[in-house]
Amino acid sequence: MSFYFAQFLTGLSSASSLFLVACGLSLIFGVTRVVNFAHGSFYMLGAYVAYSLVQVVPGSILGFWGSVLAAALIVALVGVLVEMLILKRIYNAPELYQLVATFGVVLLMQDAILLIFGGEDQFGPRAPGLDGVVRIFGEPIPEYDLLLIALGPIVLGVMWLLLNRTRWGILVRAATLDREMVAALGVNQSWLFTTVFFLGSFLAGLGGALQVPRVSINLLMDLSIIAEAFVVVVIGGMGSIPGAFIAALLIGELNAFGVLVLPQATIVLAFVVMAVVLVIRPYGLLGKAETLAHSAGQVELPIRPASTLAKSVAGLLLAGLVVMPFLAGEFAIVLATDVLIFALFAASLHFIMSNGGMVSFGHAAYFGLGAYGAAFVIKYAGGSMELALLAAPLMAAAGALVFGWFCVRLSGVYMAMLTLAAAQIVWSTAFQWQDLTGGDDGLLGIWPSEWAKSKTAYYYLALVLCGGGILAMRRMIFSPFGYTLRGGRDNPNRTESIGINLRHHQWAAFIVAGMFAGIAGGVYVFSKGSIFPDEAAIPRSVDALVMVLLGGVQTLSGPVVGAGVFRLLEDEISRLDYWRAILGAIIIAIVVIAPEGIAGFIKKIAIKAGFERNEEQSS
Amino acid sequence: MAETMLELDKVNTFYGKAHILHDLSFKVAPGEVVALLGRNGAGKTTTMRTIMQLARPRAGSVQFEGADITRLATHKVAQAGIGYVPEERRIFGDLTVMENLEVGRQPVRDGLPAWTVEHLFELFPNLAERAGNRGKQMSGGEQQMLTIARTLMGNPKLLLLDEPSEGIAPVIVEQMAQTLLEIKAKGLTVLLSEQNLHFARIVADRAIIIEGGSAVFDSTFEDLESHPEIRDQYLSV
Ligand SMILES: Nc1ncnc2c1ncn2[C@@H]1O[C@H](COP(=O)(O)OP(=O)(O)OP(=O)(O)O)[C@@H](O)[C@H]1O
Ligand SMILES: [Mg+2]
Repeated sequence: MSFYFAQFLTGLSSASSLFLVACGLSLIFGVTRVVNFAHGSFYMLGAYVAYSLVQVVPGSILGFWGSVLAAALIVALVGVLVEMLILKRIYNAPELYQLVATFGVVLLMQDAILLIFGGEDQFGPRAPGLDGVVRIFGEPIPEYDLLLIALGPIVLGVMWLLLNRTRWGILVRAATLDREMVAALGVNQSWLFTTVFFLGSFLAGLGGALQVPRVSINLLMDLSIIAEAFVVVVIGGMGSIPGAFIAALLIGELNAFGVLVLPQATIVLAFVVMAVVLVIRPYGLLGKAETLAHSAGQVELPIRPASTLAKSVAGLLLAGLVVMPFLAGEFAIVLATDVLIFALFAASLHFIMSNGGMVSFGHAAYFGLGAYGAAFVIKYAGGSMELALLAAPLMAAAGALVFGWFCVRLSGVYMAMLTLAAAQIVWSTAFQWQDLTGGDDGLLGIWPSEWAKSKTAYYYLALVLCGGGILAMRRMIFSPFGYTLRGGRDNPNRTESIGINLRHHQWAAFIVAGMFAGIAGGVYVFSKGSIFPDEAAIPRSVDALVMVLLGGVQTLSGPVVGAGVFRLLEDEISRLDYWRAILGAIIIAIVVIAPEGIAGFIKKIAIKAGFERNEEQSS
Repeated sequence: MAETMLELDKVNTFYGKAHILHDLSFKVAPGEVVALLGRNGAGKTTTMRTIMQLARPRAGSVQFEGADITRLATHKVAQAGIGYVPEERRIFGDLTVMENLEVGRQPVRDGLPAWTVEHLFELFPNLAERAGNRGKQMSGGEQQMLTIARTLMGNPKLLLLDEPSEGIAPVIVEQMAQTLLEIKAKGLTVLLSEQNLHFARIVADRAIIIEGGSAVFDSTFEDLESHPEIRDQYLSV
């Protein structure tokens, strides 16, 4: 009994830490509508800064708490800097752009922290004055944990006072409801957003700084906390701080007790709970239906069949791809195979995004499922590559069938978050289910059949499968299925009212996209000979988003162009030190400077030069 | 008209590709109450949104007290002294009446009486009773009063009222007209859009009729009455 009580207290103390981070994230989302991936990086930065400060100040109580507060303040300033330099420019862009930009910040921060603090795991000293244990029912409970347990409700109370008893708080709450009206009443939103970022980042930094005496400080803290914080925010209801508190308690306790019951599945558990909550309460425990921020509403360009010019360019490209192996060396062939795989992967994401208006933050799930599906056939069924390449889309489609059923019930950011949760379930299963997947060590030795062993042969196989997949999706876009999807994207109510079950169409589209991503995953695993959980992780999902964005969401050829540019770019810079920072900077630059993507940019120039028809004038 | 408080000069506003306001020009003098009349879809709301820079004109200019406010940020327009009461009211539903008023609060401007919560509660007695209630618990009429009171908390010089009588019981409309006359007596300049000609005539000094995004009539109500054909052509009475 006393053991369980101790476990319960452990749950409470981790709930407090989680709440600090989630509270800031929820606040930022509620007011600015930015899904801030960089929030986890602020947390990590807080931990590193506090750790360094604690090293230099004398180990007194004042020194420790001074360091913690100073770290939180420094992080708050960094958050303000990020907001002013990057996010301010893209507040009116679709959510996706902001998310991708904040992921650019994640990459930048990873390298910045590596550069400044070094890459080793760090263990901080105990907190002076709180380094003992208290015996409760005979069980030793660290004093520091008790402090954290108290801190959660204190922060909740302070936040409540700030939001309800100050003019700032009233303005923040008003802005959460109707930004435009707040501006019309003379409130400088820009300033309001900056202060919100200050406070949100401060809380993230504080959350991180408080970890110094508890856990090891390492470079993986950012993504692991952000995934958990997203879960908490979504379960609680995005924008609701009391909701985040309840959800943090739920997840904290779930982790504390889950570890006793299902030690291999702790990460999965949280995401399963999130999925269940969202199905029962689509806007989280205390959340409200998404209020459409009053804005002029972007009109999506109609998608048209390719013009003659575009067709000839595509024909030339295809011809180039066919003769490429005769002209290029092995290295180029391998790279080209990679480009093909990622073009299909990006095209499958683009398929649901542009036609269905569904943004997936977790498309890597289906890439990973396809890859593992293929690997299982080789490893456990002794099957051939051909069979494995058949299993890949089946496995991915099966995953998309299940996850899609949940996801299409939601829309907007909530849907995106659920897709992220789905991907985290896949990733953590791959990561934790050692016996099946080899865990972090991956599955090795998955090579193509004899006839496809040469790089050139495998390139042609990839060309047929990936090129075929892309063309198949293009066909679907211009089929009645595609038109229905776009109809539903632009006007869901009208589509439903003429008797079309939009949800079924979206579900079908989700499965189709998953299946093609699965093919890409299957082709990928044989090109590398191995598979690791990383292929289903957040960065891989963001890769897909970046490729789509890079190409331009509104452009059909976008994902192909985007994948090409992205892989070549990545190949160039991944050999450099600090390639993450460079990639992050490039991502941010693209989102801020050329939000219509490369293909969109070229198209705009083509229209200007008179090669392409201008949709704006013809309709 | 010696002075001009607000002047629209050949304003052209678009929603995407749709050209809504076509070379719209008119002036409002200090202390005047001007009614913007016109059928549904004539462009009255768009005119107000353009003045607030919530819709950005592609051509033409908006001048307020001699300064060009075209392309200013919306909050700067409000801070310059223009108060906007939107057609859909847009009360902050989760905030209490007092909190809604707080959002609207701005510093006092010289030469104008400062509005306080007490004054506003005198002007709108219903609000006083419901001070602690949340916005979404109020009736349509009460919300209309709250949205006007909220805007007055900003001590505006010029008040833009978009269809204040819309969807309100006739008794309340009469009351509202009285209230507007009181506000006018305090020296506020008002530009209101209306479909209720009767209401407009009680409170306004002058009528501007908009049709297809252009001003087609700009004169007194007496003038309008002596030209029933204009009324029949442009207003759905
Ligand atoms: N967000 C928008 N996007 C595209 N067109 C719009 C938008 N808002 C209004 N319009 C169009 O602009 C025109 C003018 O609308 P506006 O709301 O200014 O008219 P109004 O005179 O205020 O009408 P009402 O009396 O019905 O309020 C209408 O044809 C309307 O359909
Ligand atoms: Mg209107």
